[in-house]
Amino acid sequence: MSAYPENYRYTKEHEWVRVDGDSGWIGITDHAQQELGDIVYVDLPKVGAKLEQGKTLGSVESVKAVSDIYAPVSGEVVEVNEALQTAPEKLNQDPHGEAWLVRIRLTAPDELNQLLSAADYQNYIGA
Amino acid sequence: MTSATALKSTPLNSVHRRMGAKMVDFGGWDMPVQYSGIIEEHTAVRQAVGLFDVSHMGEIEIRGPEALNLVNYVSSNDAAKLKIGQVHYSGLLYEHGGFVDDILVHKVDHDHFFLCVNASNQEKDYDHISTLNRVRATVEFASDRYAQLAIQGPKALPTLQKLTRADLASIRYYHFVDDEVAEAWARIARTGYTGEDGFEIYIPPDEAPRIWDLLLDAGQEFGIRPCGLGARNTLRLEAKMALYGHEITASITPLEADLAWIAKMEKPDFIGKTALARQAERGVTRKLIGFEMRGRGIARDGYDVYVDEAPAGWVTSGGPSPTLNKNIGLCYLPVRLAEAGRSIQVIIRGQPVEAVTVPTPFYKRSK
Repeated sequence: MSAYPENYRYTKEHEWVRVDGDSGWIGITDHAQQELGDIVYVDLPKVGAKLEQGKTLGSVESVKAVSDIYAPVSGEVVEVNEALQTAPEKLNQDPHGEAWLVRIRLTAPDELNQLLSAADYQNYIGA
Repeated sequence: MTSATALKSTPLNSVHRRMGAKMVDFGGWDMPVQYSGIIEEHTAVRQAVGLFDVSHMGEIEIRGPEALNLVNYVSSNDAAKLKIGQVHYSGLLYEHGGFVDDILVHKVDHDHFFLCVNASNQEKDYDHISTLNRVRATVEFASDRYAQLAIQGPKALPTLQKLTRADLASIRYYHFVDDEVAEAWARIARTGYTGEDGFEIYIPPDEAPRIWDLLLDAGQEFGIRPCGLGARNTLRLEAKMALYGHEITASITPLEADLAWIAKMEKPDFIGKTALARQAERGVTRKLIGFEMRGRGIARDGYDVYVDEAPAGWVTSGGPSPTLNKNIGLCYLPVRLAEAGRSIQVIIRGQPVEAVTVPTPFYKRSK
């Protein structure tokens, strides 16, 4: 089980965002991957796509089911984690690290204030 | 966690929770969907042995001098051909030919048949059979008297053999014996829903936790895994075994579902026969067929299927195949299109994704 990094911000839909300057890395939480089970497919946006907070950015599929991923904050996709296309199981192994989904340029950094801290998120999921 | 409606549970519920299974609401039953992970469990069944709690399945017993007449009237396969100790797959049909349920019929004695039916259909099945029981056979809703475990995989036999004096190797496929497992009464059937060799045992509910633990111990040397309904579904899909509510429903007939072999048109009258005869005469218009994804994407139940850019059918079951490492599925298509090798498109979240129809089953074990 991965720890929930203090410097990340979280959503109730089980995404996280890590911010460095005007860059944001987006992923799904350890809780999300545990609930999904074996992840076998990841559908991600293309570089240049505009993400709007709370809107679908892509989806992950486990053996059992498909699940939408929502953008925790708004921004423009500048990089996609291509490694997940051939190795989606990394999402089960390192959801808070190596298996980030997309890197964006934040267009509305104020939105970060609406997100949960690591402590609040863990409280929310009952961890 | 609390739930507004009480879920039904099997005698192994506390065992699943103790072992850390992920539990889900499966048609009103609190059931394990997975333990260690669906792929690992699936692989254990294909390569070694897996243990499933399928106690949610229902049992209906039909007894008396008219038992055979009733069974043969309400089900589409020919129970008159069964020998004592033999099992067959059959359909309970409506007058219009659609499925009430798909069932296993066990002939216990000349005047005693034991039906294994789907969990979520058991009350409906019992009512259906009782309503048609004009010959006054004794029909018993017996689900409370049985727990059911499935031991499946190439090492199922040596695992179960450690706990029973019954000579398992001498039980042929789709046959059963009444004997003992770990000194408890057991109906031991060489049946399954995985496409592997294996056994399904019917045992007294209060013995289920003890026998579950003993089976896990017995299979340890082979790498046995407790398995959930998730792996049960991927295994049965690879073997192209139908799931009620998906491949077969009240509006699908055996002829459409590629199950003409369970509709014995030469036997005397049975419920649904007239409708099936009419359908056969007019020609079946749609048919179940398998497909593999060619484009990136996973087909799921209910997705639309297009052929030549026009709507043509729908996916009944779909998902990744852990054994073949492909994304597979089953769909209904008009008969004229339902042949292997045809290019089709599955509509995945609004986008057509390429797939091709293929012969089934997707997986067949080597004997």
